[in-house]
Amino acid sequence: MEWLTMERWSPYAVGIGIGVLSWIAFVLSDKPLGCSTAFARTSGMIEKMLRGRTVLDRPYYQKFTPEIDWEWMLVIGVIVGAFLSATLSKTFGIEWVPAYWQAAAGESAVIRWIVALLGGVVMGVGARWAGGCTSGHGISGTMQLAVSSWLAAMSFFAGGIATAMLIYRVLL
Amino acid sequence: MLIGIHSRKGLQLAVGLLLGIAFGFLLQKGGVTRYDVIIGQLLFRDFTVLKIMLSAVLTGMIGVHALKSLDLARLHPKPGSVGTSVVGGLVFGVGFGVLGYCPGTVAGAVGQGSMDALLGGVVGILLGAGLFAAVYPRIQNSVLSKGHFGEITLPELFKVHPWAVVLPVVALIVVLLVLIERAG
Repeated sequence: MEWLTMERWSPYAVGIGIGVLSWIAFVLSDKPLGCSTAFARTSGMIEKMLRGRTVLDRPYYQKFTPEIDWEWMLVIGVIVGAFLSATLSKTFGIEWVPAYWQAAAGESAVIRWIVALLGGVVMGVGARWAGGCTSGHGISGTMQLAVSSWLAAMSFFAGGIATAMLIYRVLL
Repeated sequence: MLIGIHSRKGLQLAVGLLLGIAFGFLLQKGGVTRYDVIIGQLLFRDFTVLKIMLSAVLTGMIGVHALKSLDLARLHPKPGSVGTSVVGGLVFGVGFGVLGYCPGTVAGAVGQGSMDALLGGVVGILLGAGLFAAVYPRIQNSVLSKGHFGEITLPELFKVHPWAVVLPVVALIVVLLVLIERAG
């Protein structure tokens, strides 16, 4: 069982594994793998707790009911699965600042937190705007040969590459 | 098709959780729950993200189309427009480059102990998703519907048999992966 405690697997083994998971998801659940809708539902559930049921009148939440569903459980599972993998390979550890960021921008956890928060807000808007993320469009949608997903996946990387280049080659 | 089990809510929640555990395990073992690996891809220093995505799409595409041909699965292509896929996709990309995780890998990063993913990424994506839900009625009929094309797939667009697109895409992905490996 040495493979379970390895820190990294071949990217091709991982990719093929994710492809097989998508077959299982289609057959057992009639669903493509995706993650970002779960964030929208959670956001709605939290806002409902804070501001009451009128939040549910929003047209967006009529479309995506704020409730625990299959995809929500999938995202919880991702946290658990990554925790298991990191624990088995003894790489689990609290990390405030990623190494590559620290080498360029310094070790301040507050600055990294603010940048990550801002990036997260933009990504949260973008994921709902595009109707999916790197899993839902980038992997599950492109494999179904959906036009929307091929356009979205190319736009994700175009925007991501330009932004990362701007941050690391110009700003830092 | 296993229609019978698709409507069993409790069972489906369990299937979702189990698939998620496997997905998160694979993402972490692949290294893509790490900021350094994702940013490395966007800066063309590390091609792990593309290798994983392309081999997942290759495997998934062949399997899903075979399952569809055998009537064991049906496709669910997302609807889209230029305003959603391209404009929304570019907005997502800006967030991707700043955060250095995506909504799936950010959850995996939380599981391995990355605090920037939990307190920055997850909180930010939740805020952003809520913000979008609030402005949705105002942009629904303007930017979101610009260049609307619906739930169309590439085979439908080209009016050919699905396998006539699957096979060339398989070849294209294999060539890309070989080129990436050669460039080392």
